[in-house]
Amino acid sequence: MIAYIVRRVLYAIPILIGVNLITFALFFVVNTPDDMARMHLGVKRVTPEAIERWKRERGYDLPLFWNGAAEGAGKLTETIFYRKSVRLFVFDFGRSDRGRDIGEDIRQRMWPSLALAVPVFLAGLLTHVTVALVLVLFRGSYLDAWGTVTLVVLMSISALFYIIAGQYLVGKLMHLVPISGYAGGLDAVRFLALPAAIGILANLGANARWYRTLFLEEADKDYVRTARAKGLGELAVLFRHVLGNAMIPILTGVVAVLPLLFMGSLLLESFFAIPGLGSYTIDAIQAQDFAEVRAMVFLGSVLYIAGLLLTDISYTLVDPRVRLG
Amino acid sequence: MLLWTDALLFLLIAGLVAFAWHVRRTPHLREPWGRVARSRTGMCAAVVLAAYALVGVADSLHFRLPASQGPDGRVHWSAEVLSVLDLALARLRAGAEKTYSAPLAVRLHVRETVERPDGTRVRERPRLRYGGAHLADPDRERWPDVARRALAGAAAGLALWAGAAAALAAALARRWGIAWRAALARLAAGRTELPWRPMLATAAALAVAAGVTAWLAAGYHVLGTDKVGEDVLYQALKSVRTGLVIGTLTTLLMLPFALAMGLSAGYFGGRVDDLVQYLYTTLNSIPGVLLIAAGILMLQVYMASHPELFETTAARADLRLLFLCAVLGVTSWTGLCRMLRGETLKLREVEYVQAAVALGTGHGAILVRHVLPNVLHIVLISVVLDFSALVLAEAVLAYVGVGVDPTMTSWGNMINSARLELAREPVVWWTLAAAFVFMLGLVLAANLFADAVREAFDPRRRVR
Amino acid sequence: MEEALQRGWRGRAAALAALALAAAGCAEPWNNPYPAREARANIYYTDFQERPKHLDPARSYSSNEYAIIANVYEPPLQYHYLKRPYTLVPLTAEAVPKPRLYDARGRRLPDDAPAAQVAESVYEIRIRPGIRYQPHPAFARGPDGRFLYHHLTAREAARLRSPYDLPVRATRELTAADYVYQIKRLAHPAVASPIYGLMSEHIVGLRELGRRLEAAWREARARGERWLDLRRFALAGVELVDRYTFRVRIRGHYPQFVYWLAMPFFAPMPWEAERFYAQGVLAERNIVLDWFPVGTGPYMLTVNNPNRRMVLERNPEFHGERYPAEGAPGDHAAGLLADAGRPLPFIDRVVFSLEREEIPRWNKFLQGYYDMSGISEDAFDQAVRVGAGGEVSLTPALRAKGIRLQTAVLASVYYLGFNMLDPVVGGLDERGRKLRRAISIALDYEEYISIFMNGRGVPAQGPIPPGIFGHEEGEAGINPYVYEWRDGRARRRPLAEARRLLAEAGYPGGVDARTGKPLVLHFDVTGGRPDDKARLDWFRKQFAKLGIQLVVRATDYNRFQEKMRNGTAQIFTWGWNADYPDPENFLFLLYGPNGKVRHGGENAANYANPEFDRLFERMRAMPNGPERLALIRRMVDIARRDAPWVWGVNPKAYRLLHAWVGNAKPNLMANNTLKYLRIDPHLRAARRAEWNRPVLWPLALLALALAAAVAPAVAQWRRQERRPPLEGAGS
Repeated sequence: MIAYIVRRVLYAIPILIGVNLITFALFFVVNTPDDMARMHLGVKRVTPEAIERWKRERGYDLPLFWNGAAEGAGKLTETIFYRKSVRLFVFDFGRSDRGRDIGEDIRQRMWPSLALAVPVFLAGLLTHVTVALVLVLFRGSYLDAWGTVTLVVLMSISALFYIIAGQYLVGKLMHLVPISGYAGGLDAVRFLALPAAIGILANLGANARWYRTLFLEEADKDYVRTARAKGLGELAVLFRHVLGNAMIPILTGVVAVLPLLFMGSLLLESFFAIPGLGSYTIDAIQAQDFAEVRAMVFLGSVLYIAGLLLTDISYTLVDPRVRLG
Repeated sequence: MLLWTDALLFLLIAGLVAFAWHVRRTPHLREPWGRVARSRTGMCAAVVLAAYALVGVADSLHFRLPASQGPDGRVHWSAEVLSVLDLALARLRAGAEKTYSAPLAVRLHVRETVERPDGTRVRERPRLRYGGAHLADPDRERWPDVARRALAGAAAGLALWAGAAAALAAALARRWGIAWRAALARLAAGRTELPWRPMLATAAALAVAAGVTAWLAAGYHVLGTDKVGEDVLYQALKSVRTGLVIGTLTTLLMLPFALAMGLSAGYFGGRVDDLVQYLYTTLNSIPGVLLIAAGILMLQVYMASHPELFETTAARADLRLLFLCAVLGVTSWTGLCRMLRGETLKLREVEYVQAAVALGTGHGAILVRHVLPNVLHIVLISVVLDFSALVLAEAVLAYVGVGVDPTMTSWGNMINSARLELAREPVVWWTLAAAFVFMLGLVLAANLFADAVREAFDPRRRVR
Repeated sequence: MEEALQRGWRGRAAALAALALAAAGCAEPWNNPYPAREARANIYYTDFQERPKHLDPARSYSSNEYAIIANVYEPPLQYHYLKRPYTLVPLTAEAVPKPRLYDARGRRLPDDAPAAQVAESVYEIRIRPGIRYQPHPAFARGPDGRFLYHHLTAREAARLRSPYDLPVRATRELTAADYVYQIKRLAHPAVASPIYGLMSEHIVGLRELGRRLEAAWREARARGERWLDLRRFALAGVELVDRYTFRVRIRGHYPQFVYWLAMPFFAPMPWEAERFYAQGVLAERNIVLDWFPVGTGPYMLTVNNPNRRMVLERNPEFHGERYPAEGAPGDHAAGLLADAGRPLPFIDRVVFSLEREEIPRWNKFLQGYYDMSGISEDAFDQAVRVGAGGEVSLTPALRAKGIRLQTAVLASVYYLGFNMLDPVVGGLDERGRKLRRAISIALDYEEYISIFMNGRGVPAQGPIPPGIFGHEEGEAGINPYVYEWRDGRARRRPLAEARRLLAEAGYPGGVDARTGKPLVLHFDVTGGRPDDKARLDWFRKQFAKLGIQLVVRATDYNRFQEKMRNGTAQIFTWGWNADYPDPENFLFLLYGPNGKVRHGGENAANYANPEFDRLFERMRAMPNGPERLALIRRMVDIARRDAPWVWGVNPKAYRLLHAWVGNAKPNLMANNTLKYLRIDPHLRAARRAEWNRPVLWPLALLALALAAAVAPAVAQWRRQERRPPLEGAGS
């Protein structure tokens, strides 16, 4: 088991190198250091001299991949790529082009992201499973039929509409929660209630429908029929057998998403002005801050790979028949 | 005047026709697609999709009108690119007001300072230039006029539909070898193999809606006008093509790549498989939004350095759309690639492939002759399954600022601008509502159709 | 029917809301985004839209950053809060300095000497003694006189979030040396000040200092040092006379220099602060000079979380400036002089909250959570009513809330520029001129202002906006090439005239008479905002009126800038906000040697007319007066005839104030206005509670609807459960 994990982690390294190369290439093709300098220096009264200075200050005056002028190993290390990317592997994100320490920013912004993403995830799982269970419990009735239709409709609505409508109705017309913003501590509840509710609702359609199919599949299996035949009440059957067994695919599917909760939600965070990593990413794109974007890409990739790893492990834990090759 | 996306769209349609023909002749494909055809919701959804597709195709037949003639008799073409849909909706396109007006309104939504002939100035909501311009006393005559037009439109829609239904009955009668009346009776009773009756009902609803809209649109702005007075209905209809293109071409554009990767990974296995898996894990692990943002920025660099290649705004917007599809494809091709790889793995073990290998047929030949034809249906399934998610993604990308060109009409752009209009008082809701309804229609139909396809191909997930 | 239904709902709603209120047992609104304990505190609430890039006074150059640092840093001069036209008054200085002029041989010249004779002008600035810095750990010394925090270890810094987490703070007196230190910082390579290029043209020796600093900085970096003590470097043009006096030597005659002395670029910088923030262990915690300013102003920035909020707190060491005792006519009646002579500032704390989106910001203002607000275009109809004569007033809904409206024409221009280097739209020949003038007439900026700006702007008649010397009102001020004066009003010339001009330029009906090709022009824009499509469509329509086809080339910001620099753009929109209230600051946008492509300057249209340039050089150094006005008139007329810009719009700023805000008067030049404001927190708390009663009935209704939907199914299911199972009943 441990050997397997170690091997998977080692396998991640070439992937991360690949990710780094791709993002590096993409962002330097579109965004030369000159562009970055101009973006950061502003519009008024920018001289070519100021741009040179900015680049030199931040180490963007080096060649991209290969420095022929340097000696020995310096040919590789005295380049923008080496200077700006290799440190990432020890999670040293360096400074952003706007001069802030990225690691510190990420550490700070991680918490609001988690404060939103974790409740959305847990309460969402609970709500979606409950809705699915109710539909399965009443299967064949009008409730199931209309419920399923409602779910399809719900999943056909763009997330933007949920957010726009929620902000308008609950925030503006009903005065129930602050329209946007964030505060630390217990106060956060007031700010997070609406975005969390919207996050849950926006995913209700797709998730509850999927869970419903899983439950139905399980409910038709022989052992469940037997249990029912033995006179066990429908509720007992559902909770004891169907739910228990169907949770396995649900949980293993869900594990892959867990690490990505760190990355936060792009839309919810930026609409509700929650200072998390999601809005950080959008800011970085819009400000064309290469250092921040690269850090977020790297973080996202690491978390994605962690998710894959967790999925594999959870499979082996749940089903001993799966051998780790 | 052929735009890139037009060409690809027509290629896709040609492919679909060829594929349908192929399915009819291949028994093991005929059976599941037959199941799709027998699904009631699936086929009703297909009718709705067909209506959208009709709009989209009409909007893809582009041309330019001659603008002037040079002294040497050479014709110079206008920089404005029109489509057949634009011709059909010429009334909506030309009938621009000054600014906002509500659905079916006869006056502007906002007050303006108007100079009276006697020189005094008043603040009022002026009459629209086009909406309800035929009415002498709009405040009294408007609603009766609307009702009259709506009734006439509904009647026309129904008549059109009845004609089509009769023609269908005739065609079916010939196939079943029974009398026309008998065929009609069968249709009405719903005793047919394919769910013709619900399909006809859906078509009737669409025809009535179209009729009412068309008759009203002749005198009013049915869904109001936007900030610069453009008809919202026109925009919503123009957005259909954008949605369809993004939903379908994304998968199509990545197809050669996904096919090459998936097939070779599944067929050769070993190192090749490892390499392909490495590639797609790497691409997959880059957060999609960042990849798309980088892609769009890159395109802008290209366009800025080659302005001479883009004579018209439409050509620029079109290239950006195409590129967006390609980048979206890069972020979403792995699913298709994985499916293709799995299917190829299975096919490799099939007898005739093994036989071909034993006979020493080249790998290329085997892949093209034996494997490729048998995985093609997976491509179609993948188009269907990914479609709705892509249409929804367009709206989100527009919000982030890396969506389609701002000059191109799309639901994402409509929502994005309408978002701010909600803060107006009195509230301007119609742009948002129009985008909502049109988008919901397409995505809902696509989802329902995708369900039918999924059920037909994956018996395990069939939902009772 | 619908109405009746609604009334019914409302009735029930009121009952439910009353219930909810009774249950909650208090009148605190639920949607208050601030902590409950702040409800009645003397705090001013406002917002910021994006995190400021720089709060270092040597780098910062944008209004959103000035909104913060102008209240912390104090340059020698400031603009009078109430007087109009804008007048410079001393802030930390004893008086507004008058330059002493010298010729090339160092002889003193009279003050009105012609600019050509002046080789150097010297400004002597004397600051008032006794001004003290805000308490800050950078000044803290131990009993042995050594600085406590200039050599922090990683362990000491590990838990810091802000410099104010360090326990000991101290202050010291402001001296002239701090001003000198800051001027040297403008040349520091690591600071990269945006005005270094400009100032090195004017301040004697600054460029040379910049070169020396560059070399010294490289060496220091190689040694692993992070700080250069600028006190060790001499700057030829800046001389420290005594503890409170310094002199600045300027090349030639540059009377605009005093205006720069009112900008944060010339605020004092204590060397201790720079030394303190240069510690690597602090930089790792994002505790840098660029984020935590150290000044002498009325406020100090104590919380700086650019992801959420920034807080300015009253500086306990503030030197006790007093509210001005005189103002413009009408200020007394408006109650703006009620506080005359009282010590500033009035407000204890200022909270800036991050608000990226317009809608939430506006709604929070209406709910009473921001004290002041601009009006977005979309909220305009809700807020403002324009009378028949064009006069503006608030809508009854807002007036009922006690909200007040203030308006002012900004000293800014938003114009549509032609690239004068472009072969089609450029050139000073008759063809290009006529083409541009035809377009100028066709572009109906009156309509633009009414559609996109809700009438908040006036069509510009030339390069100089209202409120700046050289701008003229009425018939004398109109642009005769685009407008004519009829019935006491400027009216746009008819479209027919534009068509005629276009034909004369060689494009009858929008078709090139020589080649027969339609005239296609390119509009270069940066795209992305939701509103852009409507705006671009409008521009396309305007050109279409002349039969010209406009192709929009949208691109991102950087690409656009690049096009502007390379001169590959054709038609573009651009804007300029005044740095200071002098016509030079606008006319230099058309000065040939400022051309963007050739000289990297701010003349984005690359307009170069030798006659204009010659007049500009004369006008530049003149004091305001009839002679200068005559020159400006000639220059403006040349520019209007050549039409390198469609003059565009001078925007008007509208701002709304709640009833509890006092002493507010729009001041377009000054940024340090927070110290004058006053609020009534008790009135605010009462209004907030009144405006934000929670509405609960829709939730109840939703719950009822859900219950109603589920109930029959549950009932049926229970009936089934009660029935004995048909099979296997034996167990």
